[in-house]
Amino acid sequence: MRHGKYPFVIGFLFAPVALYVTFVIWPYAQAFQISMTNWRGLSAPQWVGFDNYRRLLDDGAFWKAVQHHGVLLLALPLITIAIALFFAFLLNVGGKSSGGQRQGVWGAKFYRVVFFFPQVLAVAIIAVLFQMVYRPNESGLINGVLMKFGLEPVLFLVKPNLALWSIIAVLVWQAVGFYVVLFSAGMASIPGEIYEAAEMDGATKVTLFFRVTLPLLWDTLQVAWVYLGIAAFDAFAIVAVLSVDGGGPDGATTVLAMEIYRNAFVYSKYGYASAMGVALFFLTLTFAALTLRLTKRESVEY
Amino acid sequence: MNPQSTLPPTPAALPPKTGDPSAPAGPGSKGPRSEVKLFSGLGHVALAVWAVIVIVPILWTFLAAFKNTSEIFSSPWTLPAELRWENFGRAWTKAHVGRYFLNSVIVVSCSTFLTMLLGSMAAYVLARYKFWGNRAVYFLFVSGLAFPVFLALVPLFFVVKNLGLLDTHTGVVLVYTAYSLPFTVFFLAAFFKTLPSSVAEAGMIDGCGHSRLFFQVMMPMAKPGLISVAIFNIIGQWAQYQLPLVLLSNAKDKWVLTQGIADISVNAGYEADWSGLFAALTIAILPMIIVYAVFQRQIQAGLTSGAVK
Repeated sequence: MRHGKYPFVIGFLFAPVALYVTFVIWPYAQAFQISMTNWRGLSAPQWVGFDNYRRLLDDGAFWKAVQHHGVLLLALPLITIAIALFFAFLLNVGGKSSGGQRQGVWGAKFYRVVFFFPQVLAVAIIAVLFQMVYRPNESGLINGVLMKFGLEPVLFLVKPNLALWSIIAVLVWQAVGFYVVLFSAGMASIPGEIYEAAEMDGATKVTLFFRVTLPLLWDTLQVAWVYLGIAAFDAFAIVAVLSVDGGGPDGATTVLAMEIYRNAFVYSKYGYASAMGVALFFLTLTFAALTLRLTKRESVEY
Repeated sequence: MNPQSTLPPTPAALPPKTGDPSAPAGPGSKGPRSEVKLFSGLGHVALAVWAVIVIVPILWTFLAAFKNTSEIFSSPWTLPAELRWENFGRAWTKAHVGRYFLNSVIVVSCSTFLTMLLGSMAAYVLARYKFWGNRAVYFLFVSGLAFPVFLALVPLFFVVKNLGLLDTHTGVVLVYTAYSLPFTVFFLAAFFKTLPSSVAEAGMIDGCGHSRLFFQVMMPMAKPGLISVAIFNIIGQWAQYQLPLVLLSNAKDKWVLTQGIADISVNAGYEADWSGLFAALTIAILPMIIVYAVFQRQIQAGLTSGAVK
């Protein structure tokens, strides 16, 4: 393996590293620097130190966005994981057991295919789809039904206290299928004998779920929580397309990504937008570190 | 509509835990059995309800694509009176869905190919060769997994602009590829490590060079891993919205599908062409359903394999 190793290694690494450093590492490094300037694109950037960050502290839109990330961070993983866990359990161990083989309920295969389906659609497309579903008059899918029954239409995206939840519902709608499959893969690796033994001891389905499946699935749950948490920090496409005028009404659904986009590419406040980017970076990092720390526990050997 | 109402009871609702794990949960066999029935009955209802929640909006979109605007407003729940294929014609040509679709295909196929080529090259070298700086380069790549794209958006815009690649497909392809490398390298490096070295050594003895060994021996052996990552990248890049929004904003003829559909949805309101919008949505959604239906096993495995060892 010695002969010509270095030329080969360098030859193979050069293009990927060059591309990666140019478009990923270099911009990230610059972002921190730009966040310390008052750059607006036309004149040369001037160093302003932590001014942008100080202004962030007084920025109502910024705090609103942070607050929405807090709501998303709690609601999105909790709801998605709860639904997905329940379905995955039904689809994998909810049915009869025959000859030591755990089986899912009838139609498990069909459900797994259908539930996963929204995952392959682009979020921006789903957002347009749900614009139609949520439309406030009789042309909307939901309000069309409600009004047929003589009910008042629900203003899903227009009512400030409802808009964010309407968006969370769409995110859950999209995500559940992926986590059903993810948890299914985790459950498939739990040996059937464990269930067998527990059932012989008289454990019910509910007991099986909480005392066997859940503890043995802990690692997968942790992964799911981190994924969903990171998704909760992004949520740009859905807010940009689905919400009323990008984060509205009146900032009721705005997220940091939306504010960064608006400040940078609408108002040309590049320095300020970069400061928000840095804030987002540290929030994401803190979240990931906290999650991994808080959910750390002995993984069960089996 | 609320699936939460069918969730299993919280731990507090469970029978109190007895110290002995082998203690039976119920006094007789009757209790658990009826509970099982109730549980699986509720389960079936919940599963069916969720399937309906997933399918109905999509089916409703397909139906509305054949209606005219007055039908969409007056009878959103009925079948279209006639199949108005002209809605699709309008979406395809007048709203340029055809072009957006083609652009997406071009961009995603180029960038996925480039991602797989460069990603597997880097991963292979990092996984199977010992050299100075190996760890540093590996962590450089993997660190990209932790950064939100939005942090880099402003400088990225100017990097692409200064290279003269703004509003070009080349620029988008290079950026997609660069941002797909962290996961690709991370995943494939682990994969290449698991391949047996005996085959590689045999190839070497037979006079195989390093590059030939990679392309003719290792790549074919790594096929399952490559397919998983390729699916992950195709779906991720196909769904991209923020990057093309920033990098292609001034070249409408170069827009990708997600951008195009989002734009049509804004214009549909002004022009009151709702049926055209539904047709455009159908054109965007239907091919994905078909591809997914055909490859669903590989797609599910590909997307989840990164998370479960």
